Order: sequence, then C-alpha cells, then structure tokens
Amino acid sequence: MINFEYSRTSSVKAALDVLAKNPGASFIAGGTNLVDLMKKGVATPQRLVDINNLPLKQISIDAKGLTIGALALNSDVAENEKVKKNYPLLVQAINAGASAQLRNMATIGGNIMQRTRCTYFYDTTLPCNKRKPGSGCGALKGYNRMHAIFGASDKCIAVQPSDMSVALAALDATVMVSSSKGERKIPFTDFHRLPGDIPEKDNNLQPGELITAIHVPVNSFNKNHYLKIRDRASYAFALVSVAVALKVNGNIIQSARLAMGGVAHKPWRLKQAEEMLTGSAIHDLSFAKLTDNIMQDAKTYEHNAFKIKLGKAAIAEAINKALQ
Amino acid sequence: MNNQDQKDSRRDFLKKTTAMAALTISSPVLVKAGQHDEKIASFFEKMDLKIEVNGVAHQLSVEPRVTLLDLLREQLHLTGTKKGCDHGQCGACTVHVDGKRINSCLSLAVMNDGKKVTTIEGIADGDNLHPMQEAFINHDGFQCGYCTPGQIMSAIACVQEGHANSREEIQEFMSGNICRCGAYPHIVDAVMEVKKGGKSS
Ligand SMILES: Cc1cc2nc3c(=O)[nH]c(=O)nc-3n(C[C@H](O)[C@H](O)[C@H](O)COP(=O)(O)OP(=O)(O)OC[C@H]3O[C@@H](n4cnc5c(N)ncnc54)[C@H](O)[C@@H]3O)c2cc1C
Ligand code: FES
Ligand code: FES
Repeated sequence: MINFEYSRTSSVKAALDVLAKNPGASFIAGGTNLVDLMKKGVATPQRLVDINNLPLKQISIDAKGLTIGALALNSDVAENEKVKKNYPLLVQAINAGASAQLRNMATIGGNIMQRTRCTYFYDTTLPCNKRKPGSGCGALKGYNRMHAIFGASDKCIAVQPSDMSVALAALDATVMVSSSKGERKIPFTDFHRLPGDIPEKDNNLQPGELITAIHVPVNSFNKNHYLKIRDRASYAFALVSVAVALKVNGNIIQSARLAMGGVAHKPWRLKQAEEMLTGSAIHDLSFAKLTDNIMQDAKTYEHNAFKIKLGKAAIAEAINKALQ
Repeated sequence: MNNQDQKDSRRDFLKKTTAMAALTISSPVLVKAGQHDEKIASFFEKMDLKIEVNGVAHQLSVEPRVTLLDLLREQLHLTGTKKGCDHGQCGACTVHVDGKRINSCLSLAVMNDGKKVTTIEGIADGDNLHPMQEAFINHDGFQCGYCTPGQIMSAIACVQEGHANSREEIQEFMSGNICRCGAYPHIVDAVMEVKKGGKSS
C-alpha cells in the first residue's frame, strides 16, 4: 500500500475543515472498501481522515421514521430490535451483504459509498473509465457476466453492489449531508447516479461533503422481502436482487415498493411495476405481464443475458415470499 | 552496516524525499489542519498506538498503512492469526476487537488506538483449551488447519452474538470463514456442541 498521511477527528466541523483544505484526502470509516482499494492501488488518497470518532452513531426511531447516523455499524442496525420490528426489509438487506465480520466493521455511510466490484475497475492493468477516465470500458466487450442491464452507457456498464442501498431506495430514504456550506438532503433514489459520460462519479455527493445520517420514513408495509441471488449461498455479491415492500389489506395490495440490485449503476426502482401492483388482488397477480413490462427496457451484453430470465423469476419469487 | 541497516536507511531516505515533495505542496494546509486534529501523521512519521492484545497493554509506533493483521503478526509476533487473502474474502484473519469479530486485514492498526484485541493466542486459560478449541478437536473441525484460528474466533463470536440457534443459522453467520479443505459440516458440529453446552466464553 502506498503510504499516506493519517489524521483522526472527533467533530464534524474538524472533519469538514480537513477535507476542504486537502482535496486529495478521503474519509475512512470501517475501511472495508477503502483499505481494499488502496491495497490494490485503485484508490490512492494522499491522506486519510479517520471519522470513526465522530458522534454519528445514533439509531433512533420517532413518529417520522428511523434515523441512522452515518457511522452506525451495519451489524448494530441489523441487530437493533426496533429496526428489526419496524424495518424488516432493511435488516434483511443488510444481513444479505458481506459477512458477519465485515458487517461489524462496515458503516452505513461507507456502505452506500462502496464502489463497484467490476473486475476491470479492480485490476489496474486493465482499461476502466471509472478508475481511469478515457482508458475505455474493458467490460463492454470483455467478460461482463456481473454487469448492468439497465441505464448503462457505452462508457461504463458497472453495477452498484450495495444490498442495503436497494432496500433504502425502495423505502424512500433520504441521505443527510454536511459540508462547509451547510447541510442538504438527497432523496435516496437521487443519491447514486447513472454512468453517462462521467462514470468516475458513482453518486451525487459533492467533493467536501460528509454523509451524516440516513433517514427512512415511517411506513405501513406489512409484507416485506429482500431476495438476493448469487453464485453461492452466502458471502458473495448479487447477480440480481429484489427488494419488495407491500401494504396488503385483506386481499388487496394497497401500496407497493419494488427495487432491484445488481442490474444498474444505481439501485433500480421499479415505479411502473409498483403502479401495476397497486390495487391488485394478491391471488390474481400476473407475474408474466409485470416482469415482461419491467424487462422491456433491459439491454444485455455478451455474458449477462441470463439476468433477464433470472430477474423475472427473482421478482416473482420475492413478491411471493413477501406475501407468505 | 549490515544489509538490514542499508535497506532501512535507503527506505527512510526514499520515504523522506517523497514526504518532502508532498510537504512542499501541502505544508500550510497540514499546519492548519493540525489545529483541529487530535492526531496527525505525515508521510514519514510513525504514529503512537496504544493497544491491548490478549490482556497485555502495548505502546507501539506504527506507520499508518500497517494493517492490524500485519501488526499482530510482524510486530507482536502473534502468528496464530493467519493471512489468507488479505482482502476480506476468507476470514482467516478474524480477531475480536472490543469483543466483536472483525477481519484484521482490512483494519488499519492506527484505527484501533485504545482498543482491546483478542487473538487465537488469547482464548485458552493456561493449559485449558477454550471450549470452542476442544470442540473443534472433538469434531475434526479442520484438516490442514490454516483457516482454523479464524474459524474458532468467528465461532466464539457467533455463539456470543446469539447466531448459533440452528445449523442453517450457523452456516449463514459463519459464511465469512472459508475453509478450502471443506471441513464445514464438522465446524458446524463443533459450534452446535458449544452452543448446547452453553459454554461460549
Ligand atoms: C469480501 C467482501 C464482500 C462483500 N460483500 C458485500 C455484499 O455482498 N453486499 C454488500 O452490500 N456489500 C458487500 N461488501 C462491501 C461492504 O458492505 C462495504 O465495504 C462496506 O459497507 C463499506 O463500509 P465502510 O464503513 O467499511 O467504508 P470505508 O471503506 O471506510 O469507506 C468507503 C468509502 O466511503 C467513504 N465514506 C465513508 N463514510 C463516509 C461518510 N460518512 N461520508 C462520506 N463519505 C464516506 C470513504 O471515503 C470511502 O470512499 C463486501 C466487502 C468485502 C470486502
Ligand atoms: S486474510 Fe483477512 S479475510 Fe482473508
Ligand atoms: S482446514 Fe484447511 S482450509 Fe480449513
């Protein structure tokens, strides 16, 4: 690993000051993504600003919803009894990610900031526009089994790998952000972005901004499921995943939230499908119509065409599991 | 000058020159930032690190880029904790920090200032093995043994966390520990036994 300067801060203001004055600096939280990328030479920050002592670890629930500090550990959120009871989709999605050890290190802010697992991004000897703008996308005509089927560009077909983010997108969460200019809120579905012509930008966080918390509004979804399909039963990234949250009254779906992971550069919210589901009777769902509609915009590459069939089956399975 | 000294001084020289180059660009910034910072280490500096390992307090000096795993193995010579992948993918490096299992290969040593670390060397009580160690022996929970220290540290935490209530749950919550010899069924047997015996610590 290339050496770097290291500093530790205990207030949000100090952390922001350091970052404002050191454009080459990076925050470090759990380190599970950043240290890995630094070992590979993919990330080469001049300086690390350790934010683990910032007072941003709260997990609190009130009438408006759930607020999670950016430095709360993934495992602390998933083990919180109130979160388990009121936000089961979020807990399932967190527990579907990584391993028990990694979830004990990984923070909520770090999780949504984690970078793609595209092998071309990770291997500094290969071309990748996300890592090295202008070098080309190795995956486009290379080995692209794990890659996007929605919203990609000819500059980048990588996917965002965070499981938790798929649930947060479905649950209409908000990202709270601070910088020396003040605070702002980013709706979760606008946090990650599509690659377009600037695939090096994963999300809409601006330089100098710190994520302070994530807010998940209170909801009345009584049927939830996060389904993750991967190459082995656990401890692997998603090929596709589906987050479902439904409010079912009697036999009728009164409202629905649906999002997919492993298919795009951002969690892929399925608003049209949500509308199709709303008002439907649960015994009378036409999965063929629903999933055909979802997949009509999909664009596949040499090795990932299987994601269409797999994705359709996964959506049906996730909804059925939620309804059980 | 022996070989090692030569290596060291060349390395120090290289480090200092790169550090100087960096400093000329960023020195005013560094000084200012320092006013807000509790701790700061520049390129050529080692940082003080207070860390307790297996009940022994250490006052060390480390470069920021040293991982907790390398600190344990290379500086403290506690080689029970293994390096499998060095990228968080295998669990061989699992240790407990303040009672929680983590992958020591992805944690910078300096991020563990003031913390209590327990490694595989710290779980037996003198000559009495930890119940989990005994269970691994009783159930042949290993073949080559390379993954075993990580498996045992992870298994102890798995029981303590309350994630060992069924074979399925153990499989899921032990999935961060890869065993290339495929001793998985026996590992699950060992965890089940300790869980039943209620001997988790
Ligand atoms: C082997 C392995 C398997 C994994 N499998 C999965 C999986 O299946 N599913 C899944 O979802 N994830 C998986 N992960 C990824 C893991 O979830 C992330 O690495 C983790 O969530 C990152 O959190 P962190 O706190 O460690 O982030 P760090 O590594 O500390 O930081 C990551 C990035 O976020 C930035 N950052 C951190 N906090 C803030 C903040 N508050 N404000 C602004 N920027 C910030 C950092 O500057 C850095 O760029 C896996 C990781 C590994 C190593
Ligand atoms: S060596 Fe740390 S997980 Fe493999
Ligand atoms: S015993 Fe050989 S790797 Fe597990």
